[in-house]
Amino acid sequence: MSPRQILGQIGLWLSVFVIVSPAILFFLWMLSLSLKFEIDNAAYPPVFIPEHVAWKNYADVLASNRFLTYFINSLIVTGSATLLALLVGVPAGYGIARMAAHKSAIVILIARITPGLSYLIPLFLMFQWLGLLGTLVPQIIIHLVVTVPIVIWIMIGYFETTPMELEEAALIDGASRWQVFRHVALPIAKPGIAVAFILAVIFSWNNFVFGIVLAGRETRTLPVAVYNMISFDQLSWGPLAAAALIVTLPVLLLTVFAQRQIVAGLTAGAVKGG
Amino acid sequence: MSALTQSTPGAAQSDAAPEKELRPPSYWPFVVPALVVVLAIIIFPWVFTIWMSLNEWKVGSSTTFVGVSNYLRLTSDPRFIEAIGHTLVYTALSVLLPLVLGTFAAVVFHQKFPGRGFLRGVFIMPMMATPVAIALVWTMMFHPQLGVLNYLLSLVGIPAQLWVFHPATVIPSLVLVETWQWTPLVMLIVLGGLAAIPTEPYESAQIDGASVWQVFRFITLPLIMPFLFIAGMIRMIDAVKSFDIIFAITQGGPGSASETINIYLYSVAFSYYDLGYGSAIAVVFFLLIILLAAVMLYARQRMVWTEIESGA
Repeated sequence: MSPRQILGQIGLWLSVFVIVSPAILFFLWMLSLSLKFEIDNAAYPPVFIPEHVAWKNYADVLASNRFLTYFINSLIVTGSATLLALLVGVPAGYGIARMAAHKSAIVILIARITPGLSYLIPLFLMFQWLGLLGTLVPQIIIHLVVTVPIVIWIMIGYFETTPMELEEAALIDGASRWQVFRHVALPIAKPGIAVAFILAVIFSWNNFVFGIVLAGRETRTLPVAVYNMISFDQLSWGPLAAAALIVTLPVLLLTVFAQRQIVAGLTAGAVKGG
Repeated sequence: MSALTQSTPGAAQSDAAPEKELRPPSYWPFVVPALVVVLAIIIFPWVFTIWMSLNEWKVGSSTTFVGVSNYLRLTSDPRFIEAIGHTLVYTALSVLLPLVLGTFAAVVFHQKFPGRGFLRGVFIMPMMATPVAIALVWTMMFHPQLGVLNYLLSLVGIPAQLWVFHPATVIPSLVLVETWQWTPLVMLIVLGGLAAIPTEPYESAQIDGASVWQVFRFITLPLIMPFLFIAGMIRMIDAVKSFDIIFAITQGGPGSASETINIYLYSVAFSYYDLGYGSAIAVVFFLLIILLAAVMLYARQRMVWTEIESGA
């Protein structure tokens, strides 16, 4: 290697270090906060690796029976909203792509631009009139605002790239449009569906604004539950950080293990709801 | 759904008639369920919001039609006007900083080095993590006495700051979080742009002995401009609407120093339950986002035009 190349290598690694360290240091600090007793969390200068590890913080969070309720709420809301979105969104993406009805995507764009709170005002009233407040149904429905546009947008893009020849051959052989979709198009589209599924799950799981308005004491999802802990446990950082880490851990793991799908989905549509 | 598809006249006709003429109607059944959902949760709320904005509409009391008076009230609402200012400052910073840093990160991640895939995964974690969870930890880090940020500053000899606890530094501090969180999205979009650039211009530049900066400024930058524009547009839309981070860290405070339009909208609609006035804010807010997008589009067109004119 020439001196210039060596310099280039040093510069490259220095740049990589500068770019990645804010993310690494933040999550390590989050982990550190969650594993320390109050004495260590209140120490100055700050303690990074404590002498005594406070596993208790995690045990406390997990042991409170409410936390389990909120976890199940999150699972139900995100699970239902994602599955419903796939059910209506995948065929819609297929139909729009095959009809080349690009103008219909404008609705998706409007949905993308509209602030989440704008949906909340009218839908909040609707749910009140229908007597649905206090159940998880309003949250499942309103999470569709996030998940449906993501799924439709990604599936339009995906079906536009899948080859038409097989489908046309099947049509000539007398298959109905539905049969073609079900047995030819859908199996090919699995990677696209995976991308749509993962992004819908993440953005629904992370959603906060809908829950803060619609959730009651029994129907909170995890992000709302964690937010409510802030006001009550202002001073105990350990359990708070532990709760925050537990809430976001599923998403972080998904990011690491499904990085390829997430990157593909975000660069294709860059859709984020709410 | 399958029964619906097979019973439509379009699907039945396509067997007998020439394919091309009948293709459009026959795909409609695939779209109908999603159309119903979109009508119910996106179009209907919009129409209803516009209707509500023309009414005096408070939870728990009767509604009266008041025409545009909610909109007139906005023009003389100092808190709303102040919120527009906060939103514009917050948005401008939250677009520019991630654009600059994200472009730099994209250029770095475009190089080949061991562990690139894993490190890219780590780099995008802030954007995927639950915003409220992140906000919680940032709040602890911002703490003036016990926070780690002031400790880090003290290491390099900078005096302790009040961060989100002082009106003058609250917006920059929140922008710091927003930048940390969303620089990865800019990086991913620009990285996609870099991957599409042909190698020839770089080869000839190398022969001509161009410096790294010259190569970036005169070859890379013009070629990734369209991608930077898309990234800027997406960033603008998200930054204007930013809610989770601001609400969870400051709730618009101290005082109203970080109250953006979205945060004010929340207060009006769901703290004061003034739904008519809140709807008017929502409509104006939406128009403002469209306006900002139009301005960016116009600026972009102007820029392309001057580039062509100057022969660059």
